[in-house]
Amino acid sequence: MTATTTAPVAATPVRTAKPPSGRLRAWATRAPLLPALIFMIAVTQLPFVATLVISFFDWNSLYPDAREFAGFANYSEVLTDADLRQSVFTTILLTAAVVLASLVIGLVLALLLDRRFRGRGIVRTLLIAPFLVVPVAAALLWKHVLYNPEYGLFNGLLHYVGGPQPDWISDNPLLAIEASLIWQWTPFMMLILLAGLQSRDHAQIEAAKVDGASDWQVFRYLTLPHLRRYLELGALLGSIYIVQNFDAVFTITSGGLGTANLPYTVYQSFYQAHENGLASAAGVLVVIGSIIIATFALRVVSSLFREEVSRA
Amino acid sequence: MSATAIRLRPRRTKGAGLGVLAWLLGLLFFLPIAWMALTSFHSEEDAATNPPSFAAALTLDGYREFFGAGGGASPWPSLINSTVASLASTLLVLVLALPAAYALSIRPVKKWTDVLFFFLSTKMLPVVAGLLPIYLFAKNTGLLDNIWLLVILYTSMNLPIAVWMMQSFLAEVPVAIIEAAQIDGARLPTILTRVVAPIALPGIAATALICFIFSWNELLFARVLTGVVAETAPVFLTGFITSQGLFLAKVCAASLVISLPVLAAGFAAQDKLVQGLSLGAVK
Repeated sequence: MTATTTAPVAATPVRTAKPPSGRLRAWATRAPLLPALIFMIAVTQLPFVATLVISFFDWNSLYPDAREFAGFANYSEVLTDADLRQSVFTTILLTAAVVLASLVIGLVLALLLDRRFRGRGIVRTLLIAPFLVVPVAAALLWKHVLYNPEYGLFNGLLHYVGGPQPDWISDNPLLAIEASLIWQWTPFMMLILLAGLQSRDHAQIEAAKVDGASDWQVFRYLTLPHLRRYLELGALLGSIYIVQNFDAVFTITSGGLGTANLPYTVYQSFYQAHENGLASAAGVLVVIGSIIIATFALRVVSSLFREEVSRA
Repeated sequence: MSATAIRLRPRRTKGAGLGVLAWLLGLLFFLPIAWMALTSFHSEEDAATNPPSFAAALTLDGYREFFGAGGGASPWPSLINSTVASLASTLLVLVLALPAAYALSIRPVKKWTDVLFFFLSTKMLPVVAGLLPIYLFAKNTGLLDNIWLLVILYTSMNLPIAVWMMQSFLAEVPVAIIEAAQIDGARLPTILTRVVAPIALPGIAATALICFIFSWNELLFARVLTGVVAETAPVFLTGFITSQGLFLAKVCAASLVISLPVLAAGFAAQDKLVQGLSLGAVK
């Protein structure tokens, strides 16, 4: 909405016929940027300010008249509530497990794909596919088609070898969610690491090999240091996306069996329990956590970015 | 001579072995999708057997069920909503991002890297943090269950990615061409649509594909902010499994149909995928 109202106004200063004064010229340079900038501030920053304000109120939307200022009461409730603390812990565990596992598997796959072999393009396409399944559909696929204890594929295949018939989700609920997310996120890590591998200095590697370096030594002392920033980038971007995961938790366990992460808890506390103040306080805490991750993420992105700029 | 021949041989077999390993892992990762596709063409009875029926007769019943032949709700309204939300937000993103990227690369403003990083930082703000005020705002203004609210939100979700990607694509447009157009008296809108856009077209297409995929996949906003009228395809999918009884073939058919646009777009833009996902940091 902001965009449509500002766009025509913003476009006019560019069309000054005579050489404009310095200040005018600066605004003419800024003008094309303003619609996007104002739009982003209005849609992403204002709601957050509202969340911050609401987080200081005792406000249940079922009792709108009982709304009153509560100071830090919501925060102390959030921080002392066992369920909420559990969900902080779950979020960390879920994010760390998924990011680390998909990074390691993604690295193995990227190293395999960096070699020439017959059908490399097809294998690459097969490996990317999990990332391109709509996340809700992927969660449904794992829950009903793979994990189902009676007729799921996993128990069906175990049946052939006479193995046990576990109830995958009830036995290990968090692991079940993690496995489905690792399946979806490994291709992402693989793509980033593959891009890293392909940007290596091949002359340097050849030189090392001529000097008698083994494959392991090349990997350990040349490839891995080069990949470090790509690994960091993958880990941090993956963390940002997975910390926010809602689809898999919502679909596979509905937050039950101790798998509720922070986004799901925030969703539940206002969508089902109508506790606006509490939900906002939890939301603010999620943001503080993300800012800590984001600070590192921005640093990594900016170091890669500077490298790109200097190369260009 | 003979020494190198001896050295070469084990290398080659090892290389072949690693090729086979890559193939096996590729097939393993693809197995759930292949199984989903096969199950979608089975009857519900054949889909729910243990051990699995690999060679059961093929049928289109799952797809017929999904498209409402069995008396269930039709998926078409939700598919149309998803299409409108994804396409409209992608278009709006491009309209906002193209001039912004121009001001960040071709004729950069002062401190343009700071602005670029501001856009990126908004992407790191968790969606849930702003969800409640947006919900309350929508409720009070009657925008709840309105597809255009989703268009606005998806635009804000994708704009940072688009600005980053386009910034790097536009940096490759030769400045001389733009100066020539300016001397000919072309104004900014003309320069953007007639000069910059055609040169940066592959990049713009890749950006559009990424934005489309993210909007199409989105669940949390759609789940909270839409109801009967503006329901999107992912929301439809979550409400699909309601009663008891056999539904595996139907779910597989539904999941496949709803994922199809993303699979098509993603395979078409495989190389650009990584650039979009890393917010332009990796090329």
